[in-house]
Amino acid sequence: MKKDVPHIGLFIPCYIDQFYPNVAIATLELLEKLGCKVTYPLGQTCCGQPMSNAGFEADTAGTTSKFISDFAKFDYIVAPSGSCVLHVKEHSPKVDKLKKNQEHVQSNIYELSEFITDVLKVDSIKGSYPHKIGFHASCHGLRGLRLASNTELNEPAFNKTLQLMKDLEGLEIVELTRKDECCGFGGTFAVSEEAISVQMGKDRIADHVDKGVEIIVGGDMSCIMHMQGIASRDKDNVQLMHFAEILNQVMS
Amino acid sequence: MSHPENATVFLKDKERAKWHDDTLWIVRQKRDVTIHQIPEWEKLRELASQIKDHTLSKLDFYLEELEKNATANGIKVHWAENAEEHNQIIGKILDEKNCKAIVKSKSILTEECHLNPFLEEKGIEVVDTDLGERIIQFLKQPPSHIVMPAIHLKKSDISDIFHEKLHTEKGNVDPVYLTYAARLHLREKFLQAKVAITGVNFAIAETGEFVVCTNEGNADMGVHLADTHIACMGIEKLIPRRKDLGVFLRLLARSATGQSITNYNSHFRSPSPGKELHLILVNNGRTKQLAREKFRNSLKCIRCGACMNTCPIYRRSGGFSYGSTVPGPIGSILSPGIDLKKYSTLPFASTLCGSCTDVCPVKINIHEQLYEWRQEITKANGASLKGLSMKLADGIFKSPLAYKISGKMMRASLKTLPDSIIYNPLNAWGKGRNLPDLPPESFKDWYKKNRK
Repeated sequence: MKKDVPHIGLFIPCYIDQFYPNVAIATLELLEKLGCKVTYPLGQTCCGQPMSNAGFEADTAGTTSKFISDFAKFDYIVAPSGSCVLHVKEHSPKVDKLKKNQEHVQSNIYELSEFITDVLKVDSIKGSYPHKIGFHASCHGLRGLRLASNTELNEPAFNKTLQLMKDLEGLEIVELTRKDECCGFGGTFAVSEEAISVQMGKDRIADHVDKGVEIIVGGDMSCIMHMQGIASRDKDNVQLMHFAEILNQVMS
Repeated sequence: MSHPENATVFLKDKERAKWHDDTLWIVRQKRDVTIHQIPEWEKLRELASQIKDHTLSKLDFYLEELEKNATANGIKVHWAENAEEHNQIIGKILDEKNCKAIVKSKSILTEECHLNPFLEEKGIEVVDTDLGERIIQFLKQPPSHIVMPAIHLKKSDISDIFHEKLHTEKGNVDPVYLTYAARLHLREKFLQAKVAITGVNFAIAETGEFVVCTNEGNADMGVHLADTHIACMGIEKLIPRRKDLGVFLRLLARSATGQSITNYNSHFRSPSPGKELHLILVNNGRTKQLAREKFRNSLKCIRCGACMNTCPIYRRSGGFSYGSTVPGPIGSILSPGIDLKKYSTLPFASTLCGSCTDVCPVKINIHEQLYEWRQEITKANGASLKGLSMKLADGIFKSPLAYKISGKMMRASLKTLPDSIIYNPLNAWGKGRNLPDLPPESFKDWYKKNRK
């Protein structure tokens, strides 16, 4: 391997592997089109987030060690999910005997859009996408990884994901009434607080649908799975997509 | 009842639930507008956070300084280890004064200590003088919000209550008319009370004074007409110097209601000639929280309520769904420290979206503490059923083969099982949501075929 071509370990969260292989394929192809050398370590499973957020962080030591062993050999680790990346960075339990490797993994893991903007230094993707979209800012990416400015803080506006889409011809990005309210997924919250979770999802979808959005675009399939499930049950006339699918499509 | 059960009931009245959500969202939006008028907003938050961290790190020193300086000013300082001692101290003062009616304003602490039932049992009439507090007192309800205690009630509800209690015109919902009726009613109470009780927003160690912030001026009305003023404060309501106060006053009202400042910020330093001024310093579990490293900084809270207004769960479940004196995100990190078992569902009443942390004017990492309380609660619960399934999940995820088999089995069974089983009423996912369409193969399978 040439020294100047960094080697990327592709981290595909477990539910994307099982339910949304097309998002994983789009992520892989997009990174390859951007000139990256990408490997998907076949032994990978899950980062442990569902267990930790349910209060069982201590029980995820095995899963965490496995994750570190799978990914420590790469220069960068990239995933199409802000939520799982945040978990690996901040909530996985410390594994003392893998300390050095864990530190390497935690400081070199990136969510897909921040990897493209911050590491690959790509300002925007060129192409055409004549659609009216609404952007769903997933909380862990937004307030955890700071992938965009949020409405709670007094700070200059930015959005790493939308920055990549800003030059797409024909693309219309709709301004939402509640720009960054949570969709109500929240992992086990989706089932333990079912009533509120579904209500929050309905409210979020309505904000997009009311403004004539064709496609709700997001960066975390967990939020999208939840909203898609509600939209399909309620027969809402709206599609949901991961931004990797759009960027990969316009680059082909 | 647990939070999910209460929330389900709250959401049954769809129209009212939406009204509640919208009403609090408007408050959140007002807050957003005013904070953007202050370029140094984030610096102010950082400064406030550091002042509070510093104060908590030397709390014993500053409390003694406050006691010394307040005493020198002529204030009688009392120490209460818990709610009972707090109530006894007040009871004793009222007995000495032979006082049978008091007016009270602005104190969540007296709520926390259940002062009202204690005094009423002694035959003392207690009148809460904040308009919202008085409304819910008529209904014998606790506050549903720490800044807007009657936010769960509509104008029409208040009109009905006032018609019954204050004999206002039936069906008249004009806020000016209703407020005027409350004003006349409260004036009468102010004139009768010999003792006034208030809370404390900030006590200043350096000067031995304290500050009470209200919008209605009711604290001042009560205090100035009474012969005795009793102020009750949690020991965390302390700041070192008077010059620190400006930082907090600028943050408090903007965060709470979107005002640039509360209408009345009243400083109390010495009793007027011939009058008495008491200050009760209450612990009631605060030093225990101070000793918990991960949860210590929850004591920085200045009770602005911004985390409630922004919380998508609070807005859609109402303050009563939490069953704790302080509801919402901040309540969910304070309450488990008081009774872990009773409040064990509260840290789970969150998606960990983090909005509470980012609106907090003193930068309490609320959502991270919710996460940490979850870890404490599962440890305390031992191996519950959910715990076993999580351990099982860890077993699956650390073994790629087990993960592959279980993933395949899940996809296969979801394909073949009839909808009646997948979407049965016990399956909380399927109640309001469909499952994703199942792909023919996992990404892993695709990758093996398409990449070397």
